[in-house]
Amino acid sequence: MAAKSKMERRKFLKGGMLAGAAAIVQPAAVVAQQSSAASEEVEVLTTESCGSDYMVDVIKSLGFEYVCANPGSSFRGMQESIINYGGNRNPEFITNCHEESSVAMAHGYFKMEGKPMAVLAHGTVGLQHASMAIYNAWCDRIPVYIMAGNYVDAAIRRPAEWYHGVQDCAAIVRDFTKWDDQPASLIHFGESAVRAYKIAMTPPMAPVLLVLDAGLQEGSNESKTKLPIPKLTMPAPPQGEAGAVNELARLLVAAENPVLVADRLARTTAAMPLLVELAETLQAAVIDQGGRMNFPSLHPLNQTQRAAAAVGEADLVVGIEVADFWATVNALRDQVHRSTRKLTKPGAKLATITSADLYIKSNYQDFRRLAEVDLAIAADGEATLPALTEAVKRLITSDRKRVFQQRGAKLAEASRTTRERLRQAATYAWDATPVSTARVAAELWAVIKNEDWSLVSNYYSEAGIWPRRLWDFNKPYQWPGHAGGGGIGYGAPSSVGAALANKKYGRFSVSLQTDGDLMYAPGVLWTAAHHRIPLLSVMLNNRGYHMEIMHVQRMCNQRNRGVDRGTMGSTLTDPNIDFAKIAQGLGLHAEGPITDPKDLGPALRRAAVAVKRGEPALVDVVTQPR
Amino acid sequence: MTRRIFSTVAGLVVIGIGSATAQQPAPSVPAGNAKAGQALFMKIGCYQCHGNEGQGGAAGPRIGRSPMLAFRNFVTYIRAPRGEMPPYSAKVIAEKDIADIYAYLASLPPAPAVDSIPLLKP
Repeated sequence: MAAKSKMERRKFLKGGMLAGAAAIVQPAAVVAQQSSAASEEVEVLTTESCGSDYMVDVIKSLGFEYVCANPGSSFRGMQESIINYGGNRNPEFITNCHEESSVAMAHGYFKMEGKPMAVLAHGTVGLQHASMAIYNAWCDRIPVYIMAGNYVDAAIRRPAEWYHGVQDCAAIVRDFTKWDDQPASLIHFGESAVRAYKIAMTPPMAPVLLVLDAGLQEGSNESKTKLPIPKLTMPAPPQGEAGAVNELARLLVAAENPVLVADRLARTTAAMPLLVELAETLQAAVIDQGGRMNFPSLHPLNQTQRAAAAVGEADLVVGIEVADFWATVNALRDQVHRSTRKLTKPGAKLATITSADLYIKSNYQDFRRLAEVDLAIAADGEATLPALTEAVKRLITSDRKRVFQQRGAKLAEASRTTRERLRQAATYAWDATPVSTARVAAELWAVIKNEDWSLVSNYYSEAGIWPRRLWDFNKPYQWPGHAGGGGIGYGAPSSVGAALANKKYGRFSVSLQTDGDLMYAPGVLWTAAHHRIPLLSVMLNNRGYHMEIMHVQRMCNQRNRGVDRGTMGSTLTDPNIDFAKIAQGLGLHAEGPITDPKDLGPALRRAAVAVKRGEPALVDVVTQPR
Repeated sequence: MTRRIFSTVAGLVVIGIGSATAQQPAPSVPAGNAKAGQALFMKIGCYQCHGNEGQGGAAGPRIGRSPMLAFRNFVTYIRAPRGEMPPYSAKVIAEKDIADIYAYLASLPPAPAVDSIPLLKP
């Protein structure tokens, strides 16, 4: 019925337009006659209420601060409601130059803020652009709240809208989103919007998708009464079953060398102190695999920089929200004949606590190899830690406490020795050109260490390990964790999203930005400039897709040919890319390329001044490969 | 996934090489051309994992400088690495060229003392 009336209105409008054109050439008397006839059927050309206003009411109730989008006509109704009806506040519209940037910004934002950002996209072309970033968020178990515009009703589609109309909009991303819906009414939208938020934020968290019919957005809200906004009540995250938690506590207290491995553990800022408490209670080794900021980098129990040794010594390894526990306790050798071996000693017990055991899909293989363990607790790691720590405390005897203290002293010494070795390692190639990645980390640390800093970039490569070796990470917001699916192009936009979250706290956001990554969608730097998002981007510019160079080199070597041609197809040279010029063109303070390490410190300090003014800045450093 | 496995296992190579570096250089080391060796080090991809000056990186350990691995052990490891390193067979690099690379690594100056670098102060 609604479709019919819309179609009729469209027909009428067409007639009106023809009449208007005819008026230009027809005699005045004829025009007057036609005008009189038209006035008998008064066409309603404006409306005081529309569906997307109600959608904004619902979205506001969910507490979104921002909505990221590259503008698209299939959500024009929603966009207008956000900026006019909603006052462009909570959410505020953030302009992106690519939908992949929108989703990756939301990904990075969540990691700092702990709540999702909304994203708007065309249901067809926009969602296709966004899909890789959605996959990254899925693999990283990060909630992103995506709304896609669609033209459901074929009878009212203008020509271009046929390209933006789709029968099953969510199909393209359904394998790597947790839930989707295409509401058919406003009441339906309200319920699905709240349900989507709830599903996205319940561990294991993941992206969700709502498809917004353009007709529903732009059509009148014909409800006589104010439409209700469903109440959001977040479910308590799943905690480990008490018996299993007590058994794990018993294993931990009895173990001589227990190792706690944390990866995607820190769902909120509460996680780090909880893990510190458990580790200190046991005086147990901790390996922070870095999926989140789980454990202070310089804590004496932190054995991350000697992880292989710690796992090899362990008689109990406990993985807490570890994405790849198999690879934590096994190794797979990348030679012609791939072989595996255990990293743990014989008899070592293995246990896991992970929400990954609660939810899995089949098509994309991000669930990793099946790890054989002695105890598996299907639960959220962070929610389970308090009960586990209390159970451990109940079992500790004075004898065990003495053992724990001796163990803790040994671990502290091992940690101190390792840090000293790494400090020494940083001296090699200290004055080299191109600049060593250790030198970049050390120069940058000198600039930020007295600030309330936040390293907002992930690492595709291990080039970024130098900060974790040399810097003092002790706050939950000082590291966002890894990318997820390994899709390159995530680094720049996720850094801008994380910096946006940091902005209101006055934090000094800094990213180590790789060159191949930035070339995917550098337009996000413009977004940072346009929205005044302070961020210091320091390029680790090795002028190539270096990981891929190493992969191809391996193939050359294995096949006994062309070992001097391994770089072909994977370098970013001839011409060298001038990232400073690119960034300047997008509105940033930018310097570089810097090749002499002596020039780096002053350039970083000048850029830091711009960042403290509230602007993004970029320093392009030509670096060693890793 | 591949990337993560690569980097994780690469760490083991550091341990393997680290134990080997304790050995003393063999008495007879073939004469090599350090300059040619530097060019080869870059050309055939050694720098990719070990850094342009052999300082080590995320995917490969520090090589060169004191103590140098014995030349014969150096050749043996390159031909048939135990860990993640890609093999360099005799078909793709002659022992003479390895000698040049060895000479390049041996020619590298020592790193500055860590305490002489204020930026690395703990």
